[in-house]
Amino acid sequence: MEKLNGAQQVVRVLEDLGVNLIFGYPGAAVTDIYNELYDSKIMHVLARHEQGAVHMADGYARSNGKVGVAIVTSGPGATNTVTALATAYGDSIPLVLITGQVATSLIGTDAFQEVDTMGVTRPVVKYSFLCKKPEDIAKNLRKAFYIASTGRKGPVVVDIPKNCQNRNYLFDYEPKSDVSIRSYNPTVFGHKGQVKRAASALLSAQKPVMLIGGGVVQGDATGEAYKIAKKLNLPVISTLMGISGYPTTDKQYLGMLGMHGLYEANETMHNSDLIFAVGTRFADRATNLVSKFCPEAKVVHIDVDPASISKTVGADIPIVGDARTVMQQILDALDEIGKEPADLSEWWQKIEVFRKKNCLSYHKSSDMIRPQEFMETLNMVIKELKIEPFITTDVGQHQMFSAQYLDFDKPRHFLTSGGLGTMGVGLPAAIGARFANPKSPVICITGDGSFQMNMQEMAVCRKHKLPIKVFILDNSVLGMVRQFQSVFYDERYSATNLDGNPDFVKLAEAYGFKGIRVKDSAQLENTIRAVLQSPDEFILVDVITDINTKVMPWQRANGSMIDMMLNDEENN
Amino acid sequence: MRHVISILLENEAGALSRVVGLFSQRGYNIDSLTVAPTDDPTLSRCTILTTGEKDEAEQITKQLHKLVCVFRVSALLEEAEGGLERELVLVKLYTPNRSIRDEVKSLADIFHARIIDLNAEIFTLEFVGSSAESDNFIETLGKIVEIQEVVRSGLVGIAKGSHFMKP
Repeated sequence: MEKLNGAQQVVRVLEDLGVNLIFGYPGAAVTDIYNELYDSKIMHVLARHEQGAVHMADGYARSNGKVGVAIVTSGPGATNTVTALATAYGDSIPLVLITGQVATSLIGTDAFQEVDTMGVTRPVVKYSFLCKKPEDIAKNLRKAFYIASTGRKGPVVVDIPKNCQNRNYLFDYEPKSDVSIRSYNPTVFGHKGQVKRAASALLSAQKPVMLIGGGVVQGDATGEAYKIAKKLNLPVISTLMGISGYPTTDKQYLGMLGMHGLYEANETMHNSDLIFAVGTRFADRATNLVSKFCPEAKVVHIDVDPASISKTVGADIPIVGDARTVMQQILDALDEIGKEPADLSEWWQKIEVFRKKNCLSYHKSSDMIRPQEFMETLNMVIKELKIEPFITTDVGQHQMFSAQYLDFDKPRHFLTSGGLGTMGVGLPAAIGARFANPKSPVICITGDGSFQMNMQEMAVCRKHKLPIKVFILDNSVLGMVRQFQSVFYDERYSATNLDGNPDFVKLAEAYGFKGIRVKDSAQLENTIRAVLQSPDEFILVDVITDINTKVMPWQRANGSMIDMMLNDEENN
Repeated sequence: MRHVISILLENEAGALSRVVGLFSQRGYNIDSLTVAPTDDPTLSRCTILTTGEKDEAEQITKQLHKLVCVFRVSALLEEAEGGLERELVLVKLYTPNRSIRDEVKSLADIFHARIIDLNAEIFTLEFVGSSAESDNFIETLGKIVEIQEVVRSGLVGIAKGSHFMKP
């Protein structure tokens, strides 16, 4: 058997698992591994902050479904990744983070750059390993990939002490071994009886609705969701994470539900008699007050994670299993039953009335660009140019406007931090998405607050000539918090003014990029078109937007799905 | 409501901290916790006593089961309905005179407690029973003599009859 040292085994396992790209940042506790990466075919992307590195791995994983991989050093290297791990955990994104650790003889001595990485990361990872001896490395890394990419996906940390990577200690390398973990066996197939009950319920429902969550996107179940929706003529609604899980331009698609969901989506949910929910955890931002949630609806809930079922909204027909597999089972069951579904024309008539409310309409302003106007224009130009970009967002008003206005007909093309709501994820996620899809256009829509949380990663775009397009919706305030202050805190704008912002155009120029500022509605469309027609260069566009625009619709807290404020009630 | 949760998990570093961490992370109480390796030394058996609503207990069970290092989780029934639970209690007390010594001795006999250490002035008693019996024992003892120290092991539990918890 081949003899390799610990550091070589790290790199070899990654190669054997088909990894060809990792994101990271070196430091004392991982120098042996970096020494081996030097000769490896695996490409290493040097981030400018460990958080950025893990967000990049996250964007890579979100956009192509493979496990994202990152490597950082011990202590501060590891603690800097906590937000990014929690981001991936919040949205069930498969990634493996390798962290260096001080030598086993120093663990527990408060050594230089020592931190209890397992302890610090435990609540924000799916699982974690500490390799106490070199022989643990290959085994644990293989398990980490297996755990990250199966069941409800998520980030896994593998902590490797410095002495376990030692160059001079050679030991047997097991080239291949099947991973099985006796205490971990995620359910794939749905219970047959439950599947049949769900199929019958779908056929007899008078006012059914399909609700898709991130599990449909991450579980590659969009084809099956589409087939069921078409077969039964179901209205389809998505959560924030479910966006791109169903073609948004399809006439059966009603948009996102929830706090800033569309009027027709929230009304349809509220009035439904059956919710066919797949891969969603009924998060608080989606349901508003659970006790008032969709009073008449029976709930069919498919999820790979049994703990997500009946956690908040009770399920009448729970089905544990993989979204894609279970939906295929349901399609088979529908064929087997062979009954015609109930006639939904009355239900659709009602839905069309909801749609007529036209909840996304807004007044254009003559002197300022409204964020909605930007979104509509961007959406229009993307269609006109017939491109299918990956679009990442940060967190705040621009994120909600993106979710409301933009169209996605292909899965995995909308990358956003839904669960944790991490500002600063947009640019590094765009970098990850571009590396995963080197021929696709990638757009990052961000805010002037969010962008400054990880703007150092522009250096990666410079180094690797990544032609990402960044649109900063720049209203010089923290818009979402300000919106709260405006309505609930008597316009007491505490700490939401971003006075002191840099000149973003010059900032782009400092990295050797083109920066453009747009203030005028009249220039908006042409600028967007020109930017999207420059496929080979990174361009930053500073879009100066109206400070007072609020994201609408807006559910009232502790209400039902239909307790919404709408644009026409506001004077903006 | 009181819930006794039985957990079979990998006997490995970090496994217990994941179980305990889950309780604090999700805001559940731990009233008592016991853990030790089983006859198979690669496995540990853990019994947790917690209080909460019924759906909270269900959620705890599901969340525990989700932990990669956990094999089996079940909520143990009350004794009348099919569960068995025991707790070990050690009590140390002053016995300054003969009449107190006699009284303690006869109370120990009634409760099937054992005196496992003694000198002229200090008795140490051992008692095994359910939580309610343990409470009763300590309370009764406290009425006749001043208790110096109480150590309770926390619950261990097992199902009656042919219900087995195995990997």
